[in-house]
Order: sequence, then C-alpha cells, then structure tokens
Amino acid sequence: MSQTSLNSVSFAISGSGGAGVMTAGEILLMAAAKAGYYGLQTRSVGPQIRGGEAASLMRLATFPVHVHADAFHILFAVDWLNFDRFSGEIDLAEGAIVITGKDSGELPEKVAQTASDVIRLPLHDLLKETKGRVNMLAAGIIGRLTGLPEDALADAIARRFASKGNALVEISTATMRTGYAQGEKLLNHEQRLAPPEPRNGERWIINGNEAAGLGALTAGVKFAAAYPITPATEILEWLSPALTGAGGMLIQAEDELASINMIIGASFGGAPALTATSGPGLALMAEGLGLAAAAEIPVTVIDVQRGGPSTGIPTKSEQTDLDIALCGMHGEAPHLVLAATSVADCIRTTAWAVHLSERLQAPAIMLSDQMMGQMKTIMPRPDLPDLKAERETVASCGEEDYARYALTNSGVSPMALPGTPGCMYTADGLEHDERAIPSTRVEDHAAQLKKRWRKLADFDYGNAWADISGEGPLAVITWGSTAGAVEEASREAEEAGIRVRTIVLRLLSPPQKAKLEAALEGVETLLILENSFSGQFARYLRSFFTLPENVRTFHHPGPRPVTAREVLEAIREAAS
Amino acid sequence: MTEQIRKPADYKSAIKPIWCPGCGDYGVLSAITKAFAKLRLEPENTAVVSGIGCAARIPAYINAYGFHGLHGRALPIATGLKLARPDLTVLAMGGDGDMYSIGGNHFMHACRRNVDITLLVMDNRIYGMTKGQPSPTTEPDFPTHLYPDGTHLQPLNALAIALVAGANFVARTFSGDPNGLAEDIAMAINHPGFSVIEILSPCVTFRPEQRDWKHQVQRNVLTPAASVAEALQVVTTGPELATGVIWKGDRPPYEGPGEKAGIALDRLLEGFAA
Ligand SMILES: Cc1ncc(C[n+]2csc(CCOP(=O)(O)OP(=O)(O)O)c2C)c(N)n1
Ligand code: SF4
Ligand SMILES: [Mg+2]
Repeated sequence: MSQTSLNSVSFAISGSGGAGVMTAGEILLMAAAKAGYYGLQTRSVGPQIRGGEAASLMRLATFPVHVHADAFHILFAVDWLNFDRFSGEIDLAEGAIVITGKDSGELPEKVAQTASDVIRLPLHDLLKETKGRVNMLAAGIIGRLTGLPEDALADAIARRFASKGNALVEISTATMRTGYAQGEKLLNHEQRLAPPEPRNGERWIINGNEAAGLGALTAGVKFAAAYPITPATEILEWLSPALTGAGGMLIQAEDELASINMIIGASFGGAPALTATSGPGLALMAEGLGLAAAAEIPVTVIDVQRGGPSTGIPTKSEQTDLDIALCGMHGEAPHLVLAATSVADCIRTTAWAVHLSERLQAPAIMLSDQMMGQMKTIMPRPDLPDLKAERETVASCGEEDYARYALTNSGVSPMALPGTPGCMYTADGLEHDERAIPSTRVEDHAAQLKKRWRKLADFDYGNAWADISGEGPLAVITWGSTAGAVEEASREAEEAGIRVRTIVLRLLSPPQKAKLEAALEGVETLLILENSFSGQFARYLRSFFTLPENVRTFHHPGPRPVTAREVLEAIREAAS
Repeated sequence: MTEQIRKPADYKSAIKPIWCPGCGDYGVLSAITKAFAKLRLEPENTAVVSGIGCAARIPAYINAYGFHGLHGRALPIATGLKLARPDLTVLAMGGDGDMYSIGGNHFMHACRRNVDITLLVMDNRIYGMTKGQPSPTTEPDFPTHLYPDGTHLQPLNALAIALVAGANFVARTFSGDPNGLAEDIAMAINHPGFSVIEILSPCVTFRPEQRDWKHQVQRNVLTPAASVAEALQVVTTGPELATGVIWKGDRPPYEGPGEKAGIALDRLLEGFAA
C-alpha cells in the first residue's frame, strides 16, 4: 500500500562500530538540502570513546525544523548490538517499518512490539557486487523510500568523499545505487516526502556549535582560551583555525581556571575574548567570572549544557545550568546571561553576547545545549549579524588622575588599555574606589556595586530580549532549545483552533521585568516549559517577575528533550 | 616617542604599601623599579600581573599597568595578556602559596608553554596574608597553628619543577640584595621565553627567624649551568640559600599556533554550503 506523501519524515540508522551510520545520515542530509528540503541530524552514541554503536537520528521536512519529531517512520538497523542504549530515544511511529539484515538476529522486544513491518534484507549479498559498505546501501534505500532524487544522493557522496579519492566515490555511489534500486522494490513501504518548495537562495548545513563559533568570529572575537569538554569541543575545533585566519588565536588552556583567566588577561589587553565549555567547566570558571565582574573586564563564556551534576551525561542534553549561570557567582556579581533559541540563533545570540559584554564591560554567559550544539541543521544561508565588539576606550590621559572606575551616568567607566600613555592603573578584583585603589570603605563598596549593577540594569536592550508571537489569554513561555518544540506545537495548536501566545526569552539576565510583564498583559494562563527535573526556569520566572495568577509548568530532565507532542498536550490541557 | 631617562623612583606609584615594616617585599619592589629604570621600560607598555597574597599586592605600588587578580591565577592572566599583546613587557608576581600551591598547575604549564613572561615568586615559606599557615615550601618541622608539630611534608622544590617543565631562565635571588636582584630581574626580562626568579623574601611577622637570611644567604654564588641536568643538580643538591642565575635556555618563546594553522572566513563559510 503506497501512502500519501508526508511533510516530515523521521528515520534512524543504527549500527555497531564502524558501520558508518553517521556518514549515511550526512549523505542523506546533504542530498535533502540539495533537493530543497529542510532537515536535521543528531547522533546518539554509547559511552565508548570511538567506534562502538551509534545511531544517526534524522528528520527531513518540507519546512524548517528545529527539533526531532516524536516518532520515527523508518528504522534501519545494521545490527542490534547494544541497541537498548538508544532505544529510549527511538520511538516508532504508527505504520513504521524496520529494515535490518537477514541474519542480524532477533529484534529487541520494544522494536518487535511497535514495528508494523519488518523487512529483512540480505545485506551481505547486496554488497557483493560493489564491495561497498552497508551505510551507503542504507543511504540508497532510505533515499528511495523518502523520495530523494538519486542524483542528489550521488552529488552528496561525491562532495562528502571528494578528499578521499575517486575510488571511494565510485564504490560508494555504486553501492548507494544498489540500495536505491532495492528501495524501488519496497515502494509499498514508501514514506515519501511531499515535493519541496522551490529552493530559493543558498542553504547551509551547520550545527549550533559551529554557529556559535561563527557568531563569535563575526562579532570580532580575537582571542579564545578553552579546555576541551563534550559537547562544547566542536566550537573550539571550528574556532581555532578561524581565529588564526582572522589574525587572532585560540589557546588550549591547562584547565578551565586557566581558560577564564587567560581570556580576562587578553581582554584587559584589549582583545575581545571568549571561552566555551559545559557545566563542569562553568562551575570551575565561577571565581573568574566574579573577577571579570569586579574588575569590569568584558569576557564571553559559551556554556553548551549537558546532563549533570558532576560528569553527568556528557553526550546528552539538558537545560540545567540555568541556576548556576544566573546565580552561581560569589558575592554580588552582575553579569549578562543570554540563551540561543535555535541552531541559527547561536550565530546571532553569541554575537550579541560579545557585543553587549564589550559595550558594558561585563562578563556574559551564552547558554546553548548539547542538542542544539551538535544538531546539524539545514537552513537558509543566514545574514551574518551586524553585532560587533565595540569597546569604548580612552585614547590618553591628561594631568589629572585617571579614574578607571569613575561613577558615570551610564555606569560604564572609561577604560584605558595597556599602551595608553598616562593612564596606568591596576585592574583589581579587590573592591576599589573610582581610581582603582583598593578600598574597604562602606561608601566605595556601595557606589561601585551600584555602578556595576546599574550599567546592566539601565541599558536598553531593544527588542531582541525575547521572541514573541501570537496572542490570546494562553501564553507559553520557554527558553533555549525547547523553543523548537514550542514553536512547532504552537503552530499545531493554532491549526487546531487553540490560540497561543509564545514567548521565548533570549536575554535572561538582567531580567527584563517591565518588558516581560507587558508581554504577559491579558494573559490568564501561563504555561512554562523547560528540559529540567526541578523546574529551574519556572523558579527563575517566579522570583524575578509578577506572573499571571494561573501558572502551569511542564518539565522533565534530559536526556530526552521536551517534544512538540508533549508541548501540544500541555497546551491542550492548559487551554481546557 | 623620544626615549626618556627614567629613575627608579619614576616607577613607584603614589600608593603606600600595606606591608609590615621590615617585610622582604619592600626590597623586591625597590629592585623592580631599579630593573625597570635600567631597561628604560615605558610604564604604559609594561604590565605587572599578580594573584593574591602579601606579595601579590605589588602591582598597585608600581607605575605601570597592573592586574591584581585571583589567588593562584596570575600566570593565566599574564599568558592571555602577553599572547594578545606581544608588544607589552609582561611580568607576573606572587607568593609561594599563590604560585606553587593554588597556582601550581599554571606554574608547571607556564614553564612548559614558554611564553615571554618574567615570573617573580616571593618565597617566604609561609602564607603571610592569611596569617601564618604552612605553604608548599614550609620546612616539615615548622610549627603553625594548623600543624603545631609541623607538616611532616617535604617542601616543594619548585625550581627543579621549573627546570624539567621547560622554563627558559631560572634564578634564585634574595630581597635583601636589591641591586643584585635588580640585575637578575633585568636579565630575566631581556631573556626570551618564560623566566622564573625565586626570591627569598622574609616574612618578618610570621617567620621572624628569616631576618637571619641576610647572614645566611650566599649571594650570587651560582652561575648558569651547561645543561638542565646540571642545573637540576644545583637545585636538588646544592645549598638552599645560594643565589644566582641557575639556567639560561634557548627555547624559542611560544607566540601562538602560527599563521599556517589559519583558515580564511570565506573558506569556512564554503564549508557550510549545502
Ligand atoms: C580562592 C582563594 N582561596 C583562598 C584565599 C585566601 N588566601 C589569600 S592569600 C593566601 C595565601 C598567600 O600566601 P602566599 O602566596 O605565600 O603569599 P604571601 O602572603 O605569603 O606573600 C590565601 C590562602 C583566597 N584569596 N582565594
Ligand atoms: S605578613 Fe609577612 S609577608 Fe605579609 S607583609 Fe607582613 S611581613 Fe610581609
Ligand atoms: Mg608566602
């Protein structure tokens, strides 16, 4: 039975070490982009370092997508070794098909129960002729079943393996074609995508970590220091040659204490500076962030959140560093906290974090997470933001004493960079007076604290503090990568006749009290959504804002992200 | 800019030190100003970075750019600053606790990284600022409130670590000899790469017996060794209170990953094209 075409198709390709399931996914994503579709790819891996079982989780669609769908239409399992490691992330949709090898053994119980059709193919025999790899066979079969053009697949293979030589391209293409032909025989199991909108303009495939690196680069970051940590490492790997190419550099520090202090040193010298880490690293940087707040040195920290506490679940997502990002400093250390709302938004929000940090001489934390950071997404080529590091500095100092920490109207004090004649001063984490001289006086502490607070609180952040859409008495509020599920669910709710106002916060600190309360005007029920066990975001909202009387919350911990179906159910419940 | 002739006094700031009368760190401050005058450093192109402790209060007393940061973290701040601003002369300073205990990891890696920074460690074998707890260099039988019977721990031989970790210039000096110390500081600043000067600098308040160092120190008896192995011999088996330059290496200083590692933005953007 051939089915009607779909606007969104999800599939998973899994297999043990060396099967190349991630590469198969990449090929399919590239081919989909070429054909004009949108889509995304994430990977799920076991705990082993390299090799080991992995699953490429894919979604292709006729419209831009930011999150996985709730269930998968196709599961291609090369084998079932350790499949239970990711079976929790692969729920099968009604009518889903499972494709596996003839002799790949028994299906796991969960799969056997939910699959509507199991197709067992002689995978080894199919590979005999081309001597290719099973992953290219999978790409061909899935490509055919989802309706991707064969040429687009061949083109993707040629580009993906260009650096590896012609022989590999030829074998891989031939194997893909074998798969494509095999798919032809399975067309009664087709999960065909509807034709795409005509593709206008260039498309990119990029993940949130690369996007964050790009945001940093376009904002003018010149120095980065960081210590490798999953899932932030790709930012460093992308940024290192990029910064060198732009006349800057990235240094691998000996630990996160060094990372944060190195960027403070570079920024003191005038270089816009940044580090990237995950929760455990952010915890180690807390003291340095306090120093940057006190000494008023601009620095940006990207935190790609992962499951915690402690080493937690390094390869999986969660939105649980909110508490430490907002309130994890010692003393009172006003700082900026921003959160990207999608993979594409990682570019803009990182650039904005750098821009604000430089402008306001304060540390900024930019929150991303594993899901967004490592999700490869097809998107229209974005315009690069015009948000630059523009630090105001003093050109020279006259006779009178230079007051580095002068109590100005804006709270931002004149900053002199080393090399500026006549302005020599000592930046200090000790409380100080206006001239940077250490002071324990009540008056100096009060005045400097207030100044550091004021410069952030009184600044006009414009409209970018949140993305707001829709109207009506029911509002949904969220932050970070959960925005993807909220956007999709809200659209579906609207289609079902439920009006929803959605608010996605981008600037979390300083809290934009007046603006959010205005955005909530007329709201009777507020639904708060997030990916945390204890409801950190709900706690934040309750402590900084006056909320509508009727507040509902929906949250659960990672590694399962909040899905659009869960959001839709929560919306229905809140609306009833 | 025409070269100004500067006197040591020109490198003193107007701020009065908080140190106890007789503290060895006064001698270090004086030596630094002498060394700066000798090298005719421009105050605006010189930066002095420190951590936290009595010794680490020194930047505010010097007429140059300064950074008084966090306990243990002077070296990463100095490293970031020097790499981002190679035009500056950068020094890092602090006490034995600051550099060898809480900052010990940075100390080791700074030696290995060999960025062109001069480190001055004012070693008084005690935590002065927090009023007399043992430091990594405190003698095992020295009584403190925390350990009335001593720590029973072997003191850290930081110069041996500096040598094997790759420091490019290593010296031991004495704050009671500001002229000799100034010579060594000037030499260290001029020497490319990471230079370590351990300065015996008495804490007259919590280690009053260190006042006797002025009689015990063997001044300027050490000369640069021919190899790291020989230098190690000197710091492991030689007299503890002997001063002089111990090692002058010829490793090229680290200035960053180097242009060859760069990729232009256009090419990076092409990588995203789907
Ligand atoms: C993170 C942190 N831990 C502890 C302290 C407290 N503290 C300040 S100075 C110091 C020891 C300083 O000893 P040393 O570096 O030898 O300097 P000295 O005072 O002897 O010159 C300690 C433990 C601190 N400021 N910060
Ligand atoms: S406590 Fe010791 S080290 Fe600190 S200032 Fe006094 S004498 Fe110097
Ligand atoms: Mg000490």
